[in-house]
Amino acid sequence: MPYLQIEHKQGVAVVWLDQPGEKVNKLALEMVDEFRATLDALEKDDRVRAVVLISKKEDTFIAGADLEALMSLTRPGEVAALARKGHEIFNRLADFPKPVVAAIHGAALGGGMEVALACHYRIATDSPKTILGQPEVKLGLLPAGGGTQRLPRLVGLQRALDIMLTGKNIYPYPARKMGLVDDVIHPYGLLDAAQKVALRLAKGSPKRKRKDSLLNKALEGTSFTRGIIYKKARQMVERQTRGNYPAPLRIIDCVEAGLEKGFEAGLEAEADGFEALARTPQAEELINLFFGITAQKKHPAKDKVRPVEQIAVLGAGLMGAGIANVSAVQGYRVLLKDINYENVAAGEKSIWEDLNRKVRKKALSAFDRDQIFNRVGSVVDYSAFRKVDMVIEAVFEDLELKRRVIAETEAATGERCIFASNTSSLPISEMAATAKRPELIIGMHYFSPVPKMPLLEVIVTPKTADWVTASAVEVGIRQGKTVIVVKDGPGFYTTRILAPMLNEALLLLEEKGEIRHIDQVMRDFGFPVGPFTLIDEVGIDVGAHVSGILAKLFAARGVKPSDAMPRMFADGYKGRKNQKGFYHYHADAKSLTGIAKKKKEVNQNAYKFFGGPRRAKQDPEAIQQRLLLVMVNEAAHCLQEGIISTPRDGDLGAVMGLGFPPFLGGPFRYLDRRGAQAVLDEMLALEQVHGPRFTPAEVVREYARGGRRFYS
Amino acid sequence: MTQQSGLRNAVLVDGVRIPFLRSGSDFKNLMSYDLGQMAIKSLLTRTQIDPGKVDWVMLGSVVSNLSTSNVARDAALAAGIPPHVPAATVILACVSANKAITGAIDLIRTGQADVVIAGGTESLSDIPIRFRKRFRQKLIESQKYRGVFDYLKFFKGLRPADLLPEIPSISEFSTGRTMGQDCDRLAARIGVSREEQDAFALQSHHNAARAVENGWLKPEIAPARIPPKFKIVEEDNGIRGDTTLDRLAGLKPAFVKPYGTLTAGNSSFLTDGAAVTLIMAEETARALGYQPKARFRSYAYTAQDPEDELLLGPAYATPKVLDQAGLSLKDIQVFEFHEAFAAQVVANLKCLDSDQFAREKLGRDQKVGAVPPEKLNSWGGSLSLGHPFGATGARLVTTAANRLIQEDGEFALIASCAAGAVGNAIVLERCR
Repeated sequence: MPYLQIEHKQGVAVVWLDQPGEKVNKLALEMVDEFRATLDALEKDDRVRAVVLISKKEDTFIAGADLEALMSLTRPGEVAALARKGHEIFNRLADFPKPVVAAIHGAALGGGMEVALACHYRIATDSPKTILGQPEVKLGLLPAGGGTQRLPRLVGLQRALDIMLTGKNIYPYPARKMGLVDDVIHPYGLLDAAQKVALRLAKGSPKRKRKDSLLNKALEGTSFTRGIIYKKARQMVERQTRGNYPAPLRIIDCVEAGLEKGFEAGLEAEADGFEALARTPQAEELINLFFGITAQKKHPAKDKVRPVEQIAVLGAGLMGAGIANVSAVQGYRVLLKDINYENVAAGEKSIWEDLNRKVRKKALSAFDRDQIFNRVGSVVDYSAFRKVDMVIEAVFEDLELKRRVIAETEAATGERCIFASNTSSLPISEMAATAKRPELIIGMHYFSPVPKMPLLEVIVTPKTADWVTASAVEVGIRQGKTVIVVKDGPGFYTTRILAPMLNEALLLLEEKGEIRHIDQVMRDFGFPVGPFTLIDEVGIDVGAHVSGILAKLFAARGVKPSDAMPRMFADGYKGRKNQKGFYHYHADAKSLTGIAKKKKEVNQNAYKFFGGPRRAKQDPEAIQQRLLLVMVNEAAHCLQEGIISTPRDGDLGAVMGLGFPPFLGGPFRYLDRRGAQAVLDEMLALEQVHGPRFTPAEVVREYARGGRRFYS
Repeated sequence: MTQQSGLRNAVLVDGVRIPFLRSGSDFKNLMSYDLGQMAIKSLLTRTQIDPGKVDWVMLGSVVSNLSTSNVARDAALAAGIPPHVPAATVILACVSANKAITGAIDLIRTGQADVVIAGGTESLSDIPIRFRKRFRQKLIESQKYRGVFDYLKFFKGLRPADLLPEIPSISEFSTGRTMGQDCDRLAARIGVSREEQDAFALQSHHNAARAVENGWLKPEIAPARIPPKFKIVEEDNGIRGDTTLDRLAGLKPAFVKPYGTLTAGNSSFLTDGAAVTLIMAEETARALGYQPKARFRSYAYTAQDPEDELLLGPAYATPKVLDQAGLSLKDIQVFEFHEAFAAQVVANLKCLDSDQFAREKLGRDQKVGAVPPEKLNSWGGSLSLGHPFGATGARLVTTAANRLIQEDGEFALIASCAAGAVGNAIVLERCR
């Protein structure tokens, strides 16, 4: 089956991209030969004065390169060879003697955008489905189809670096403004417009000039000033990746090689860089996570789902409003209930502001904002709950309160209304114990801020009905979340593996460690925030509460956790929310311009809970090892106890819910990469020093004994 | 039009409005579109009607905003009414919402719709201030200009005064008089004294203040949360419960200066607001599990010569609607009259209570009757609550139904006047 179909229309050859048997077009090696043959034929064909490249797929131009094919290249040099083969065909396209117009509707990402870059003219539809971007960096790779060369030449050095280093999506109108595409048109006129412009180009109409400010032209015009830009970009990358991710630096190298030593040298750097990056553990782990996330979007029990049309959220705080927000964005009608209009208005405001940010970025129209916002109807009582299919509670973390709202919900709704608790730690079974219909009760643990955090942990009790679980998963997937289903138990999965790690951090303080140093060391390791910053954000009150819930579980293993959090809480410490935590939080922490004036200061008073102010920096590697391994060990316990059903769920939960360093892939990928035996040895050594906190879970011993891997 | 055999009953399921606010206050940055969607959303949330079940949306709106020229459609779509549901904006001056509601009644009675949202929305903070006609014409012509020299034509014949903006006044096109001037004339003609007017205005404010104090208006008002700050507004802001006759007497004439009798105190003020009702076929309402509040028994429109009877709509529409309903004034327990001006209401009441008016104007032997003051607008009226032109009718209908239930009455009469000398009256019957 051919990938390409050619249609001749009044001197224009329309080349339809249509990968057989797939929903989207992906760049693959098989396509290259066909593409080359097609170009050869079109060049010789005198009827053809110009070429239009367009996709037959519904909402994709080209979604990117075929990652599975890439991962299958294991011999040295194979990846670079692939890149060179790509370069050859892209160059052929760019040097094609007849004008080639890319007609873009839908996603033109990665290699797809590079195809468009190699064309002579780009016209895109104004559809919200049309997005361009070079997301390779998010997978630990670089744009290897000439993107690092053509993009800076098209949109300027600074913009190109921004696009390639962030991997962000670019929408049609901003794309036109920066010169990435030359024209924008509605989807129905795309082909016609592309043909017209192709013929115009064939007659030799002048090409559009790049729009750029004088300042940028000056900055990017000399080798010396460009040198400053590379330097700044490298500094920024160092600051953000802390040396954990090699891809962004490679991208800068390629751009620099191309602009300073010429296009060919740039392509060489690209091919070599691609080869090097594809072999890094970072790329392997990031790609594996990508596969995991993609797989998780497929519902395994779709047939059991019962439709949920109307959702109600109890509690209009940040969590509740966030849940209402992501539901409304996906088309659900939502009732947002709180006890008074003050609370409701605060919740509505946070939703409206989040939507309005998208309006300001032109990713949403003001009317669309209104329409989405109006799907959230706020109420201060249960009188409108009659037809609600699912209630998600986000009220204060208090078992009695949760039981009360369950009873209130049961009284106000029909007999088939699912009740989901967005608790981070309270056992769902205990909530359900007083419920009339415990089979309808389930946990849906979202992470804050809900619109940004991608994970949803669904918690089932032995009594939860299958259709309730299936429906909750379906709602989560539709809300755009990556969903893992876990069993009920103290702390479920995410809270449970986070707690020992935070506990270890507290113990390090008791051993006279420094707050800022430990935070910094963990960020260097690849966590997005350090443990003490995290505790302050989550709240010391919450932390104290959670450690109480988990105490019995850990005590049974002979672990004696730090009692610092309960003591701090008793002394009025709640973290950021009452500006009393491990750090100082001043109202004036930000200057008028919104830029942080200085680093937040450590609250020296907090040390009184940890044996006084005398402090010393501890060995960074020891800190990292202890915090990481308690977490990995706890994840292994969870697998062993069946809290999580697969290692992949455990890895996705840790990375997407807790910020476990993505380049390590998650606790189980970490065990596999290091080898269970090596990790076991380290745990045993730590057990010798620190006691039962590091006693390895049985499953780690087992895998070490058998030399087994969690992933096959 | 009255209820006839073979036609279905139309019932009021519920009605809701956002607070009515003086123009230029908290709603000043919003368009009528914003106010309309707030009201519709509140109605949807409160009644939990499936938006897909709605067959029609009709909203009154008088001062239209060109960017949302069919504001009913834009507000309905934004509020979550599905695209397949048609929506129309209705303009009939101060009875625009009444026209939307009676239009809904017709659609339901004739089987063309089962569920209709009808009401109105109005922003008088955002009136279209235009360039003068000459300047507008020049601007339109200039779109055809091609070269630089064409633009020189632009200034030919254009005087500096043409550049001044033009603020539209609320005047009657046929008579050239503003409504206030006209009502001042009417007051003098019928013999409504300044004292009578002030006393009526005072009563309106006191009634409204009492209704607020007792929470009677709560069921009809959905608190507004105003973006972007989401300031909460729970109540109307035009009510002057503390006003006195002395204070009202101290105000200067507002329209006919310096001898007139109408003042800012005894006239309704410019208001922003929106109000909507959910109207259904009675069988649909029952099937969907709703307890309707009231049945639409009958409605009538009248029109007179704008020259002398601009604001006498209620005096003509009341006997017509009562005759259609087979009722007399004595059968009515709840009266809701639109209060454009105190003088206008008092003049209409006098006409209704006049044998001479009945004989000369209505062709009836006897007067229609006296409206008992304690049954009239006992929760306040347009003078105190405010009067967003296109929305008032929906407030009147909703309040009348809520009063019927609270005051345990059987029939309610709504009557309003409108520019162009159009009158409207509606009779509601309690749904048990």
